[in-house]
Amino acid sequence: MLVGHRTWEFANRPIIISTGTVGGPFEAKGAIPDDFDLLHGDLWLNEDTYEKAHKVLMEEACERALHKVGLKKEDIQFFMAGDLINQMTPTSFAAETLGSAYFGLFGACSTSMEGLALAAYIVNTKGARYIMTGASSHNTAVEKQFRFPTEYGTQKPPTAQWTVTGAGAALVSDDGKGPAITSATIGRVVNMGMTDPNNMGGAMAPAAVDTIETHLKERNIKPSYYDVIATGDLGHIGREVSLDLFHKHGVEITEEQYQDCGLMIYREGQPVLAGASGTACSAVVTYGHLLNRMKKGEIKRMLVTATGALLSPLTVQQNETIPCIAQAVSIEWDEGEAES
Amino acid sequence: MANNKKKNLTPVQQEYQTFEKQRETNRPVFKNCVKAFLTGGTICLIGQGIQTFYIYNFNFTEETAGNPTIATLIFLVLLLTGFGIYDRIAQFGGAGTAVPVTGFGNAVISSAIEHRSEGLVLGVGGNMFKLAGSVLLFGTFSAFVVAIIKTIITQWGGF
Repeated sequence: MLVGHRTWEFANRPIIISTGTVGGPFEAKGAIPDDFDLLHGDLWLNEDTYEKAHKVLMEEACERALHKVGLKKEDIQFFMAGDLINQMTPTSFAAETLGSAYFGLFGACSTSMEGLALAAYIVNTKGARYIMTGASSHNTAVEKQFRFPTEYGTQKPPTAQWTVTGAGAALVSDDGKGPAITSATIGRVVNMGMTDPNNMGGAMAPAAVDTIETHLKERNIKPSYYDVIATGDLGHIGREVSLDLFHKHGVEITEEQYQDCGLMIYREGQPVLAGASGTACSAVVTYGHLLNRMKKGEIKRMLVTATGALLSPLTVQQNETIPCIAQAVSIEWDEGEAES
Repeated sequence: MANNKKKNLTPVQQEYQTFEKQRETNRPVFKNCVKAFLTGGTICLIGQGIQTFYIYNFNFTEETAGNPTIATLIFLVLLLTGFGIYDRIAQFGGAGTAVPVTGFGNAVISSAIEHRSEGLVLGVGGNMFKLAGSVLLFGTFSAFVVAIIKTIITQWGGF
């Protein structure tokens, strides 16, 4: 089970039996609209506040995941999810709708893989039959809390990133067909003294490097073991910085293999500056796009490393530095649906 | 950890920050200045047009035409902010949209729209001056300080 200091290997291979992904209008115009189960044309989702719309995103993602395998919400033992809003109300309110036992998780944008790692651990030890895990974010609700009013005219620097509107949910079980969760490495908080909240990628890159290197060392595998090593939301700057750090440390990760969810979701030309971010970013890209590619047999083994910046608007104003974390989960599917 | 002054960082943090800085995309300062000049200049040109319009068509002088001109500009910003256009112009124009009175109007209007969901009193009323409040405070205070300095010089300086 525990290998090394902070890596779990899951001998019983918990399966992601189903996923649900929901996106907003900006995601619909992005690079991977076909990988979403549901896309909304409007940020309000017929609700009267953005926070309520945020809650609906999470509810719909869970609903889609259940619907695909014909399960009911009563079948779920635990729900483990999180978001970025104060006290995590959108997720908690969605948990009320879902009705199952609930763990609220906060790992900023690393929540998706934090949830998947814990869900896999519990399912692997027979602690549950079905666990729903996921993460969501809503562009305007998050902007409102972390930055300025949405309609306020301010010039964002080229290092800033765009918060994804969406939700991704995965249903983890010990029995079923689908990609298996084989291991997870839990991150520690890394603080490189960065202070610019408009440059999250640069702040989070060392955390991603730390977790990925620990994962490879503790599992005693080479980077080439994985077809894809995906990071959550490092963006252009964080990706480049972390790749250079790997080269500096002598870890042979190639350009093609090292991908970033924050750079996959939007098209060239969308005004996202350094890339996408937000709790939903790694969740929708992993549970939608990347797992679909696994299904087609294009990817057999991947390591998803969701990265999170553990700051708040208050700590920024009080001149605190930005602590960051990264959680890595390896997902493997040898057959893929195409061949089986 | 709390202090962001570089001398308080560990050598590892300093090394990383230098490493990261080399890979960071910098703000295109010169380009931004040119864009700000053009955007801000255009806003002022429109303002000038409105002022001239009031002077020639109504009973205003150059001194009194200021108030209706500003009111008209703020009304236009209200529409542009409400329709979600002003923030896009601002991403292009930067300081050019922030410095004129339109930037101030946008700060008040956007906060009011944003917090409408929390009600009229605590939401709109309590948050309307969230961004503009400090401009009012320090604007008024610095005017006060300048007025005192002027009084001291003119009254006691014998000018």
